[in-house]
Amino acid sequence: MTIHQISVFLENRAGQLAEITGVLAKKGIDLRAINIAETSDYGVLRLIADKPQEAAATLLEQGFILSMTPVVAVSVPDEPGGLARVLDVLAKENIDVEYMYSVFGQVDGLAHMVFRVADTEKLIAVLKANGVEPISGENLGIR
Amino acid sequence: MERYYQPEIECASREQILAWQNERLVKQVQHVWDNVPYYRKKMEEKGLTPADIKGVEDLHKLPFLSKDDLREAYPYGLLGMPLKDCVRIQSTSGTTGRRVVAFYTQHDIDLWEDCCARAIVAAGGTNEDVCHVSYGYGLFTGGPGLNGGSHKVGCLTLPMSSGNTDRQLQFMVDLGSTILCCTPSYAAYLAESIHERGLRDQIKLKAGIFGAEAWSEEMRRDIEAKLGIKAYDIYGLTETSGPGVSFECSEQTGMHINEDHFIAEIIDPDTGEVLPEGSKGELVFTSITKEAFPLLRYRTRDICILTREKCSCGRTFVKMSKPMGRSDDMLIVKGVNVFPSQIETVLLEQGYPANYQIIVDRVNNSDTLEVMVEMTPENFSDSLAKITNMEKSLVAALKAMLGIYAKVRLVAPKTITRSEGKAVRVIDKRKI
Ligand SMILES: [Zn+2]
Repeated sequence: MTIHQISVFLENRAGQLAEITGVLAKKGIDLRAINIAETSDYGVLRLIADKPQEAAATLLEQGFILSMTPVVAVSVPDEPGGLARVLDVLAKENIDVEYMYSVFGQVDGLAHMVFRVADTEKLIAVLKANGVEPISGENLGIR
Repeated sequence: MERYYQPEIECASREQILAWQNERLVKQVQHVWDNVPYYRKKMEEKGLTPADIKGVEDLHKLPFLSKDDLREAYPYGLLGMPLKDCVRIQSTSGTTGRRVVAFYTQHDIDLWEDCCARAIVAAGGTNEDVCHVSYGYGLFTGGPGLNGGSHKVGCLTLPMSSGNTDRQLQFMVDLGSTILCCTPSYAAYLAESIHERGLRDQIKLKAGIFGAEAWSEEMRRDIEAKLGIKAYDIYGLTETSGPGVSFECSEQTGMHINEDHFIAEIIDPDTGEVLPEGSKGELVFTSITKEAFPLLRYRTRDICILTREKCSCGRTFVKMSKPMGRSDDMLIVKGVNVFPSQIETVLLEQGYPANYQIIVDRVNNSDTLEVMVEMTPENFSDSLAKITNMEKSLVAALKAMLGIYAKVRLVAPKTITRSEGKAVRVIDKRKI
């Protein structure tokens, strides 16, 4: 149930993001989600691609520094309080969310959120026990 | 077992070495007096004639030569032989002012190549070795010097020159190179490329001879571990012939100076006074066998220590420490002396590559020091907090070493230009 997120080192340089999305587009790789964390000098780009292995290989070839990070995607009703209910569950179970971000678009009135935690297995178990079903890569169009 | 190229010279008694030096110095002073008006004038200004120099104990009376003299006398002012007897020039890679051009007769080239051959044999080289020379060829002395030395030893010599990493690695694998000669920064670069491409099991390198720029013990250990070799230091300057003025033996605790060709002194860089053995100061060389470019008391600007302590390798030549900095390399930032080698030490200790760049600037009348450091796959994390913490501990370690704050700028790999000749480690923007 985990999904492969690609984390890429970004230096503070104009055009680097365009370079990354450009080389991926050229390979016909579609991005399902993107998130950036940065300081004034450098940052980390986190992305979910429809073809993770191919995307990673392409970026490595271009000399980028990256790592593959396991994350969990969850469907959240796209309505007030939808996300809050999921976070409540995690708080009660003492699961610390390192970061999260949303997936592009929505299906059947549901938004998708990506969660990064230390222990993905525990997160999946807790979600299931509380009736929240993590979604598989296929459902997000990841091959 | 230690091997020597010329054991009767390299392991001669101290008395014998001194006898050679006395005789050759007297002869050389006469040669310079007769053929180099520029230096003769300097001697005359001090009221000296060749008769005043009876041996090494009188060396201190002679005037110094500096890089400024070489520039002033450019191109022929220090030439000691008619041009018809000269067969080669080499030149420094100096970027400012006039270049230094050094001349060689065939005799000079022969002795220079002997010196390089001694270094190769000290590194374990024999006629069964494949010597891969990735120093630049051309005006730079690195390639021609080691190339000539390698011929003398009888190694199969690969005159690779620098650059074209793919070709370097292909020859290394296909022809089974066993000894690599290049600058330490290029060695580090090749080591990293070999590591990245998983070629470690396909290379047969056993030793490296690395010189022409400053490198630390940490860098040595790093290269040795990555390539599975023993890395030897070699020293020299174009002004005194090129690499091979001194070289390391198996003990790796300093470089034996080829004292049958050069007399070394350590002086106080401010007063010019000769310092006793074991003192730290500026290294000065006198060439006692060179014909075409016979420099007497040439100030190298390299700060080091000489020792005559008995060496386990059996060589009797004096040893010089690795230069601890060059008077011209030293940066003064916020009134504090900063040597690039200190920064390199910290980076390697903290698990960063030795490829870095130091940028000094002045903002609002205050000096700033910035160190560009490459991110590595091992240090990278998807957590920004982890990267920030690493950066903070690097800043703290630099502060502890240097005594001043240095800003760290993490950059993507290969952002810092990899030099295939000499590394550009410092950019000082304060010079207006
Ligand atoms: Zn020795």
